[in-house]
Amino acid sequence: MPGLSANVKTFFWKNNPVTCQILGLCSALAVTTQVRNALVMSLALIFVTMGSNLTVSLVRNLTPGRIRMIVEVLLIATFVIIFDQILKARFYDISKELGPYVGLIITNCIVMGRAEAFAIQNRPIPSIFDGFGNAFGYGFVLMAVATFREVLGSGRFWKVQILPTAYEPCLTLVLAPGAFIGLGLLVWIGKAIAPTSEGGN
Amino acid sequence: MAPDVHPLLLLVASVLTSNILLTNFLGLCSFVACSKQVATAVGLGAAVTFVMTFTTALNWALYYLLLQRGALAWLVGPEAAARIDLEFLYFILSIAVIAAFVQLVEMIIDRFSPTLYYALGIFLPLITVNCAILGAALFMVIRKYDFVQSLCYGFGSGLGWWLVILAMSGIRARLRFANIPKPLQGVGITLLITGLMAMAFSAFTGMVKIQ
Repeated sequence: MPGLSANVKTFFWKNNPVTCQILGLCSALAVTTQVRNALVMSLALIFVTMGSNLTVSLVRNLTPGRIRMIVEVLLIATFVIIFDQILKARFYDISKELGPYVGLIITNCIVMGRAEAFAIQNRPIPSIFDGFGNAFGYGFVLMAVATFREVLGSGRFWKVQILPTAYEPCLTLVLAPGAFIGLGLLVWIGKAIAPTSEGGN
Repeated sequence: MAPDVHPLLLLVASVLTSNILLTNFLGLCSFVACSKQVATAVGLGAAVTFVMTFTTALNWALYYLLLQRGALAWLVGPEAAARIDLEFLYFILSIAVIAAFVQLVEMIIDRFSPTLYYALGIFLPLITVNCAILGAALFMVIRKYDFVQSLCYGFGSGLGWWLVILAMSGIRARLRFANIPKPLQGVGITLLITGLMAMAFSAFTGMVKIQ
């Protein structure tokens, strides 16, 4: 069983699900205009991945191989609905801002990928750690991109002005192109620090 | 109330000005993974467009005839229906509709056109977890489109996705001869180019406006 700290370190850079395995890109870009939204999204993903990894692992011996995908999707969707309902009940304004992207966690490849690649063959406790590690790595990238975009794009952090007002916000970063370019640069840095075998064109 | 937008305008807008990939970041994973070759991009784009058009229509019916508060009036009468709100089931049922539809299409194509079946091959099952499809189904409900608008939105978003992945596969075919720094190769450069494409597409913004 991999230790928690080793696990987290691996998923920070070496095998980060976003920068190295290129999974879960959609939501990584859509919710990163503000740090607060990115944090909520990371928490959502940690909750869903741990929950779905645990349950998928618990029922792994009862699931016939042919229908395992649909079982996984339904389990993931259940956890997403739970989180979405909590968000709607307690933090309605955040829920409104995130819009469909909470629901889109269902099709986030990280969650599905961990269920398929790890939880379906492993015992419940390692599966929870695996889910946590992956989701944490995802959250790390999300926070990094969100900080970059919110600080330089609107001069604020957590909706509080931190740069002097003389700074002219770089609007492109808040808009879509900035998201793509920001993540592209992060992938570049990530791969320069920890080269992977995957590459080429 | 449905927004006052002509369905055809919505179609053009969802291809060009509010492209589901370049402005909503949906369907990115398969976009990055499958844009290496033009032939692959064409097949996947066609399959996504087809599935997206029909699942948006099916999910529209699902939401407005079964799940919305008061939608069950045709079954239990308006008073009882007003107390039933099944909206929270929309996530799980819409993904089930998409998965079932993809499975169905796969079986039909296999039965009637084996050639097409082999051409699309692995792409059909992949589509189930393409977030653009689920994204279109969720946006359609949030923006309160009516049936024809939803149909046009689904079709247009599919076309828009197809257009971008096709363009990207053409660019990447040429990049093969470019001298790119090693860590930037593959995903990194694809994302940077997508950013440039998003800038180019934002030039269409003044043409049509939705929302």
